Amino acid sequence: MPETPGTSNGTDSGTAGARAVSGAGIQLENLTKIYPGSPGPAVDNVNMEIKAGELVIFVGPSGCGKSTTLKMINRLIEPTSGRIRIGDEDVTDIDPVKLRRKVGYAIQQSGLFPHMTVAQNIALVPKMIGWPKAKIGSRVEEMLDLVGLDPGEFHGRYPRQLSGGQQQRVGVARALAADPPVLLMDEPFGAVDPITRDHLQDELIRLQHELRKTICFVTHDFDEAIKLGDRIAILRERSHIAQFDTPEAILTNPTDDFVSGFVGAGAALKRLNLTRVRDVGVVDFPTAGMDDPLESIVALLRSGPTNEVLLLDPNRRPYKWLRRGDLSRAKGTLARAGTLVHDTVTRDATLRDALEAVLTDSAGRVAVTGRRGEYIGVVDMETLMNNVHELLEADRLEAAAQEPEPDEQDRPDQQDRPGGSGADGAQGGTA
Amino acid sequence: MSFWEYVGNRHAQLLTDTYQHASAVFQCMVIATVLGVVLGVLTYRSDWAGSLATTTTATILTIPSLALIGLLIPVVGLGVAPTVIALTLYGLLPIVRNAIVGLRGVDPALVDAAKGIGMSRAARLFRVELPLAWPPILTGIRVATQMLMGIAAIAAYASGPGLGNEIFRGIASLGSANALNQVLSGTVGIVILALLFDAVYVLIGRLTIPRGIRA
Repeated sequence: MPETPGTSNGTDSGTAGARAVSGAGIQLENLTKIYPGSPGPAVDNVNMEIKAGELVIFVGPSGCGKSTTLKMINRLIEPTSGRIRIGDEDVTDIDPVKLRRKVGYAIQQSGLFPHMTVAQNIALVPKMIGWPKAKIGSRVEEMLDLVGLDPGEFHGRYPRQLSGGQQQRVGVARALAADPPVLLMDEPFGAVDPITRDHLQDELIRLQHELRKTICFVTHDFDEAIKLGDRIAILRERSHIAQFDTPEAILTNPTDDFVSGFVGAGAALKRLNLTRVRDVGVVDFPTAGMDDPLESIVALLRSGPTNEVLLLDPNRRPYKWLRRGDLSRAKGTLARAGTLVHDTVTRDATLRDALEAVLTDSAGRVAVTGRRGEYIGVVDMETLMNNVHELLEADRLEAAAQEPEPDEQDRPDQQDRPGGSGADGAQGGTA
Repeated sequence: MSFWEYVGNRHAQLLTDTYQHASAVFQCMVIATVLGVVLGVLTYRSDWAGSLATTTTATILTIPSLALIGLLIPVVGLGVAPTVIALTLYGLLPIVRNAIVGLRGVDPALVDAAKGIGMSRAARLFRVELPLAWPPILTGIRVATQMLMGIAAIAAYASGPGLGNEIFRGIASLGSANALNQVLSGTVGIVILALLFDAVYVLIGRLTIPRGIRA
């Protein structure tokens, strides 16, 4: 997520480049599900407010009711009691079929209909709500484009002719086709291999940055939750909310043993996944062109603060690390001197990637590159250490500042809701 | 008279019988298909209703066809009526059973997805469940047709239409000059019809089973 720590609410901070929020807020009030014949409720009195344009993750051990809670939002499972509000509409009693056409739904293994082509699958919801044919056609192409599939190539394919990852993309395209303000995702990436899952997660982050839907995402993978979520709801049995907060806050300040148990070991390391290299400072390093005259490089090494320079190739990409000692053995040519740069990180890399690169580098530093691989700066162990300390300190301060307030979900109302999604639950006395 | 001379002499009568045989089987299959699929749709969701439908149709199939037609004559009279009723009843079992198996075999995740994206009950049935259950249903229809081809011959016993008349005439006059030719031409006609129908079903399968789920 492109947010800097400290602004926990992405929708309010007006992150540069993000489009207008197209989502609608969701409120769950005293939501309960009791299955007939079972002694206790499967979901017990859940209260939750999800802001418009927010990506909220429900995470918890299997059988904790997270999926049931999700399915009550589009009433695939009818709640026994409680209210559901989307935007400013109470949807607890409206026709469920109508409700579901306004709520995108993506599930594990994509749920694509095997007897329909990719295009037919995506067109389903727009067709049901009566869009004109031409609009549906262009929308299908648009959606395929959006999820990174070439419309010309994939339009007429059947699901079984796609890889698991491609099916999942089409599943997301289908869920978004009618432009619903809310998207529900039930372990959508649970059945694909780890590499594909990683790609799909990156895609979802990009998509959400563009679309700003309100997304509820169920997973049992805490790392996935940290990577994707604006806020994470950690659920324990019967869907009781153990903690509902930003990933930063959960990692640095878990409310109880259940949460810290779920977060698992290495919270500080996981915290590194949440910050990108571009969010922390990179240091300047003396550089020289690989074709520069030897004398000027020698002069640079003499005058510079370090006994090393980074040689750049004609495209300004990092090429070689050159130490003073290498120079004495160079004998007039740089061709054999120095060590080739074998690893760089981009500005978008997480601090964890950067740390990995720094740790594997013999001299404990790694060059940071821009979009086209051009040199930007260098990250070393010292900068990383300082940055991580500052991050953790800032997280702690923020957590401490929030401490006296009651938990998010228990707060009566009156959150300043962005996106003008109107009336809050204050007047929702119909239950 | 050789078999071919017999066929040459009697071709007008044989063609009429063949046509009537095919027409009877075809019409009864249409009724049986509609009834069978409707029965399947009505019962597949419930365990006991599904078993009831399968058991009932299976029981009907165990009644010897000659006996069933014999039993129907006092009730509905001779001719077309007992033929149509008997053929339709016999055709039901494979269709009902395959419809139930096919509909129950649809991946529940897909039904869930269909519900989740806002398909109504009817849309789910017609756009997702039935198309996905169609290959096994078509197999059931195919099996039922093969079966009815043979059973339709018995209908001649109740003065019904079709190639059975040829066979029954032959059996009645066993020992006479054309008895064997009559039985043979009726039987060969039925076999040819059965093969033709089967070819048509292969074609129907090609045309109606979507490419995405074709085996």
